[in-house]
Amino acid sequence: MVDSVEVSGLVKSYGPLRAVDGIDFSVRPGEVFSFLGPNGAGKTTTVEILEGLRKRSGGDVRVLGLDPWHELDRLRTRIGVTPQDFHFFPKLTPREAIQLYARLFDVRPDVAELLAHVELADKADDHYDVLSGGQRQKLGVALALVNDPELCFLDEPTTGLDPRARRSIWEVIRRLRSEGRTVFLTTHYLDEAEQLADRISIINLGKIVATGRPDEIITRYGRHDRLRIVGDPGLAGHLGPLGFTVQEVPNGVEIELGSKAEALRALEAVSASGLRWDSFSTRRETLEDVFLRLVGRIDEGMLRIGGRENGGAP
Amino acid sequence: MNPRRILAYFPAFAKGYLRNPLGLFFSLIFPIILILIFGAVFSNTGSSAAPLAVQNLDHTTPASQAFLAALNRTGAVSMSFVPASAGNLSQYLAANSLSSGLVLPAGFSSDVANRTPVRLVVYTNPSSGAEAGLVQGAVQGAAAASNLALAHGTEVILPVGVNVGSSSFKYIDYLVPGLIGFSVLVSPMFSMVNISSTWKRDKLFRQLALTPLTRSEWLTATIIWYILLAFLSAVLLVGVGRGLFGAEVTITWLSLPFLLLAPVLFVALGLLAGSVSSTPESAGVIGNIITFPMMFLSGTFFPVSLFPAWLVPVARVLPLYYVISGLNAAMIFNDPATVYANALVVLLVAAVFALLATRVFRWRED
Repeated sequence: MVDSVEVSGLVKSYGPLRAVDGIDFSVRPGEVFSFLGPNGAGKTTTVEILEGLRKRSGGDVRVLGLDPWHELDRLRTRIGVTPQDFHFFPKLTPREAIQLYARLFDVRPDVAELLAHVELADKADDHYDVLSGGQRQKLGVALALVNDPELCFLDEPTTGLDPRARRSIWEVIRRLRSEGRTVFLTTHYLDEAEQLADRISIINLGKIVATGRPDEIITRYGRHDRLRIVGDPGLAGHLGPLGFTVQEVPNGVEIELGSKAEALRALEAVSASGLRWDSFSTRRETLEDVFLRLVGRIDEGMLRIGGRENGGAP
Repeated sequence: MNPRRILAYFPAFAKGYLRNPLGLFFSLIFPIILILIFGAVFSNTGSSAAPLAVQNLDHTTPASQAFLAALNRTGAVSMSFVPASAGNLSQYLAANSLSSGLVLPAGFSSDVANRTPVRLVVYTNPSSGAEAGLVQGAVQGAAAASNLALAHGTEVILPVGVNVGSSSFKYIDYLVPGLIGFSVLVSPMFSMVNISSTWKRDKLFRQLALTPLTRSEWLTATIIWYILLAFLSAVLLVGVGRGLFGAEVTITWLSLPFLLLAPVLFVALGLLAGSVSSTPESAGVIGNIITFPMMFLSGTFFPVSLFPAWLVPVARVLPLYYVISGLNAAMIFNDPATVYANALVVLLVAAVFALLATRVFRWRED
């Protein structure tokens, strides 16, 4: 099956600045593909080139087999786009907005169903300018679906939304995926990409630094899992000679694990040492850790709330 | 261009406009408020004085002096005297950028005394429709008064060169076309400056670029809306002017070129101003710089003939001047030649701005 998006050697320059610097990637049909990067990394420039809104400086781009800049007339009926920071006509209602798009695309969607699909049925007749940020973004998603697109571009659809509104948009994205649509999701939220995406590309300074499934990226670029023991700092002196890679941390020690068996051995060694220990937990590197290592910085708002830790006590 | 898509987009644009109280106020309500204010203030002041260059070749004979005194009493003209040595008055007017002149021929007094018909040549500039009407009306009035006083009612003094349909014009007659011009300027200009800059900032044009609607279809639907507004505004202003202040103006087919072309012109100009601006704030400033001089210097509230001579050339470079002059010629004087001349200017200017606007205005980025 032909890839929904094929990008090869894509370049976008603004004078001497290369906003996108020779990137390659592809998006498979039916997957949620997330384009992840800090502010100014080149995400929106890339997605706007894919949408046919911006002309590329070099390289080759095919979206559903078409050149988006030169064949936008044919492409626009097959794609749906929710742009970053979506705005619409302030005095139109969601119902009227969908009806307008339906007339422009010459299609007859079930307006009520579409509104229900994005959880906007109860706001169908409110003017756009009184909708909340989340409701506006949902309208953006609804408009992207009017023409029943094969491929949806969602450019930072949850930026600036409260957690509840974000989760609501996530549900919509999951529904799109379950309907078999391809979703190109641009985001700078790490948890969003990890939760929703089948595959991720991380872009930084116009270059792609990693591509793959989230767990693949963590495995490929992350460090080993770590066992943390809260207890006597003297545990480090006891475990080190036994062959463990151990590091003193506040209130205890942290042991790098090469395998699950090593975790059991370490716990047995701690227990046999006779030294005091209060609790233990394992910690796996997250996408956030990997992202930080690859990109070198995390912008405000990118950090996830809470980690994934499993633990126990004696 | 697909009419179906134009028809699809048009109601959405219209709804957005009609639901915005500010836009509606400036388009339809504000001109009505202005006509009520200006109409109430100036409704009893009669005609405004138009400058008139008088060449009295009959020197200072009593009859010519009496005639000029009668002309002065009309209050419609402000006379300046050109000596006989200045030669041909028509050439003098052209050389001095004057629009109106009157020649009292040699032998005027003796002809009047002998009841021999005497022809007064009245020069008026067709492009200054308001001033021409005032001058011709005043000369006719003075001739009638003089015929009565000097020749006991015999029509001895015969002004020539009168080619207007009405001989008596009031301030309100000029105000109605002026405010129609105001309306067709302000509504599309302010709106398009705002739309083209804020929609660019909010990426609404890009949003539309992702639908099958094309730029030309969007522009056509927008222009149709402002043409409808222009007609609606014209009907309202003529209704209020006639109904409340007795204005003698009518919307004839001669008015149509201006109600059709002026919205095109000012939509294009507003789009151009908004498109070249980097922010809505700078667009607002540019829009005001363009709009306000045009609003006050094009004969909107007072005929250009009342302006000081140095200001008249300024008025004549403003597109709205030709819209209002044309509307005056169409609605007051029923003067097709002046209508066509002004309509041609408006057409050419509209074409130039439309061409520039379509070159600058982009939905997608290179």
